[in-house]
Amino acid sequence: MQDLKGDLSVLDKPVAGNNGVSLISAMHDIQEKYSYLPEEVLRELAAETDTPLIEIYRIATFYKHFSLTPKGKHRIVSCTGTACHVRGIEVVNTEVSRLLGVEPGSTTADGKYSLETVNCLGACALAPLVVIDGEYYGNMTASRIRKIIRKHDKKTEKTACSCSSSAK
Amino acid sequence: MINMILNGLEISVEKGTTLLETANFYGIEIPTLCHDEGLSSYGACRLCLVEVGPPGRSWLVSSCTYPAREGLVVRTHTRRIARARRMLIELYLATCPSSKTIQDLACQFQVTAVRFRQRHDDCILCGLCVRMCDEQMQAKAIGLVDRGADRRVATPFDKKSEQCRLCGGCQYICPACQARCQGPQEENPICNACLNLAPPCLEEYEDAMCYMDPCVACELKGNN
Amino acid sequence: MRNLQAGLKSPADLELMRKRLKEARGRRENYLAVCGDTGCTVWGSNTIKDSLQDCLKRKGFLEKVDIKFTGCLGLCESGPVIIVFPQEIFYQKVKEADIEEIIDKTVLKGEVVERLLYEDPTSGQKYIYASDIPFYKNQVRVLLGNNWINDPNSIEDYIAIDGYKALGRALTEMSPAEVVEEIKISHLRGRGGAGFPTGRKWEECYKASSDHKYIICNADEGDPGAFMDRSLLEGNPHAVLEGLIIGGYAVGASEGIIYIRAEYPTAVDKLSLAINNAEKLGLLGENIMGSGFNFYVSISIGAGAFVCGETSALVSSIEGKVGEPRQKPPHLVERGLWNKPTVVNNVETLANVPYIILNGAGEFCRTGTKESRGTKIFSLVGKVNNTGLVEVPLGITLREIIFEIGGGIKDGGKFKAVQTGGPSGGCLPEMFLDSPVDFEELKAAGSMMGSGGMIVMDEETCMIDVARYFLRFLKDESCGKCFSCREGISRMLEIADSIARGTGSLEELELLKELGSAVKDSSMCGLGQSSANPVLSTIRYFEDEYKDHILENKCPAGVCRELISFDIDSVFCNTCGACIKNCPASAVCEDKEGQPVIIQEACSKCGTCLETCKHGAVLKR
Repeated sequence: MQDLKGDLSVLDKPVAGNNGVSLISAMHDIQEKYSYLPEEVLRELAAETDTPLIEIYRIATFYKHFSLTPKGKHRIVSCTGTACHVRGIEVVNTEVSRLLGVEPGSTTADGKYSLETVNCLGACALAPLVVIDGEYYGNMTASRIRKIIRKHDKKTEKTACSCSSSAK
Repeated sequence: MINMILNGLEISVEKGTTLLETANFYGIEIPTLCHDEGLSSYGACRLCLVEVGPPGRSWLVSSCTYPAREGLVVRTHTRRIARARRMLIELYLATCPSSKTIQDLACQFQVTAVRFRQRHDDCILCGLCVRMCDEQMQAKAIGLVDRGADRRVATPFDKKSEQCRLCGGCQYICPACQARCQGPQEENPICNACLNLAPPCLEEYEDAMCYMDPCVACELKGNN
Repeated sequence: MRNLQAGLKSPADLELMRKRLKEARGRRENYLAVCGDTGCTVWGSNTIKDSLQDCLKRKGFLEKVDIKFTGCLGLCESGPVIIVFPQEIFYQKVKEADIEEIIDKTVLKGEVVERLLYEDPTSGQKYIYASDIPFYKNQVRVLLGNNWINDPNSIEDYIAIDGYKALGRALTEMSPAEVVEEIKISHLRGRGGAGFPTGRKWEECYKASSDHKYIICNADEGDPGAFMDRSLLEGNPHAVLEGLIIGGYAVGASEGIIYIRAEYPTAVDKLSLAINNAEKLGLLGENIMGSGFNFYVSISIGAGAFVCGETSALVSSIEGKVGEPRQKPPHLVERGLWNKPTVVNNVETLANVPYIILNGAGEFCRTGTKESRGTKIFSLVGKVNNTGLVEVPLGITLREIIFEIGGGIKDGGKFKAVQTGGPSGGCLPEMFLDSPVDFEELKAAGSMMGSGGMIVMDEETCMIDVARYFLRFLKDESCGKCFSCREGISRMLEIADSIARGTGSLEELELLKELGSAVKDSSMCGLGQSSANPVLSTIRYFEDEYKDHILENKCPAGVCRELISFDIDSVFCNTCGACIKNCPASAVCEDKEGQPVIIQEACSKCGTCLETCKHGAVLKR
């Protein structure tokens, strides 16, 4: 494990309405830094804030935004809001799961993609909606998502190659 | 003192009293699965429902968490309560059928059939163990983690907790895992686990031993 | 002349600044409003804005024509949208290639580019001016109207359109009690769902005695299919902020907190900027505009939990805990955030406040019905032609919203139901199309106003599937504390699943109804109590559809996978092989004559063949 310890500067921020520390905003910062919530850091957070560890674990499991396992390099988020559902996101999701061989909520074995669902991104006019690495794709269909992921696959492969070659 | 109307009677109770305590004080029995006098109120099992508010505009609340309020109209035994409670008990039976506590409740409220798919969970998430661990044992070793249908009692990161002193308080207070009924056995139609206990329902319903209908124990008794 | 940028010391300073801003703006009435809301940016409005700027620069008109990257312009379906001012010419689906022409013809000469105009989906008529388009014509855009003329990142823009004037008036001309009274007279009701009178809420908090009080803006818009609050915060953050400050003054709070979903990063950014700008001008912070009133605002970001929209759960989440609702009473006014008196208002409710204070309660009351005054923003989505954000007077009929503003059902389909109120609401059938939309009417019909999501459904939407969708949503989003809500929802889903598979029975349908009403009665918080609404309302109005699934093993809408099958009609098929090539399950093969056939056992019923077949040879039954 790399240096997971000793970085809790996030705790210096005061919480809304009180001078204490908001565990949720601290955990937001930890997740932003590591892309997930590493157990070691959470244990340290508990010790630092004098919070029972179980309370931290409860928060980490209660809120869907938090993840206790590392996320994939690329994140595919599909919106499962009502509008997306009515316009057929489920077919798209089945297709993505089939293509990548993982169920929503998990990461591919090579750590390249993680597949997530979110209960409405608030862009319902674009339904059905899929977001890949922060980029929104509206009016999705099974055949379109197939093409997009293939294209994305090729693109990332290329950049991965150029990165490694430039590193030399 | 707070004045209110309980089942049509004008009564007064001290400030800070809950409706459950009030009803119990006046000798009215209300069933509950997640309440214990030594622990804080939680309101999760929903069995202690009472109806508050004037007829026609009334609603159901859990009496263990609802504070007595000036002028409140409370009814403890209405048809609406009975209907909701029987449905809840049926759900409990469908989820956690081998708990003796739940079987006794089913018996007391004459819930004799389960129309849902039978599951065999060993936890009803009443939270008694969690409050026991926190409030009485001061350990905070376990908690209710995750949410929705995935909610469960767990230790931090599902590993052996450093805070746990193996005091057994959680087991002692659990209404689901203590005195589990094993159901009909090969050699004997009942497991006999309940015969070693003094089930509370016996005081009221002398012929009742088991939630099954017809009650196997009663049938045995009749035969003797 | 005084430098006003250093801070406004009195409402007179604000008026002076406004006067200067208006004068400066009056000389430049030519501008282009480019929609910068999420919808249009997905269609590429970012690049459109940049190339507009480049083009103007090349032609040397950058000084004469302004470009405003605005909040949602409403008609998300037709993005990217541009409105050319001062004529208000409306262009839709603008591409980069069109930009030069727009500038040459429309901006410089006032001519119209015909092919970019909006065309009515039913009549085929083209419209030039935005205000003539039926989508806009039938709306009353009190809150959203400002999105057209407002850059959300600019506090100057907001001040130029009389922004913070209401705050100045409240602080200097009115006592807190008078502000509360004005809101009470206006009959403003909470726009978050339940419709509790805002004035009464404020009055209770105003009367509560405490050294410290809080006012919270609830921007945890969790209802799937609703994005009004996001668009308001992204399009006009200062209106919400001004409402929050006035609310703080009225109830005696010195601190305001905006609780916002983590899923809305853009809104968080725009809001933070707005707070910063307001602080710099002295409209927030210590001694606001010399009135002696101190008020501070902070943002609290959620972490993905629908249940945190419930006020007691929301407070618990702000305190940094797990968002579980608790029994009320004690109400938040008695024991709220950090055990202090607290009032929680929805984003849209607060955005209405400056309008009421500025124009008077009487003016606000002129729109709406007796019990539900003012306007309401709906996100009109689903199978409707003009998806987007609409603001209508309360009391308007569903028919007007869906058919006049929304332009009817997509692809010439037939209307089946409209879902309002999110997971707490219900589906209303055709018979309610002519009933007015207000809090009471929707509740009586078995649905609710909710925060304003309006999802239109056509004949290809299965009502059992919709009920299952919401149950799955709630199963995941319920906090799980109450046994009745947690277990009740799981069991309702179990039965609904069985019906959707064609293995249900009429007894199970009765059990579903019985269970639904028990869950409604016995759960603790509002979310649990309303969790059965999607099931109960679909059974109430579409029981025949349930019975079709149970008795005939048929899904009339063709949605429930276990009950449908795909076939290829050899009459229409020209053996192009598209279905064979595209089938993800490899379930389409050629038979001896080279004719594609679907192997039913292998078919995953994804519908790809139906989607790819250009000859209409794939049949779904």
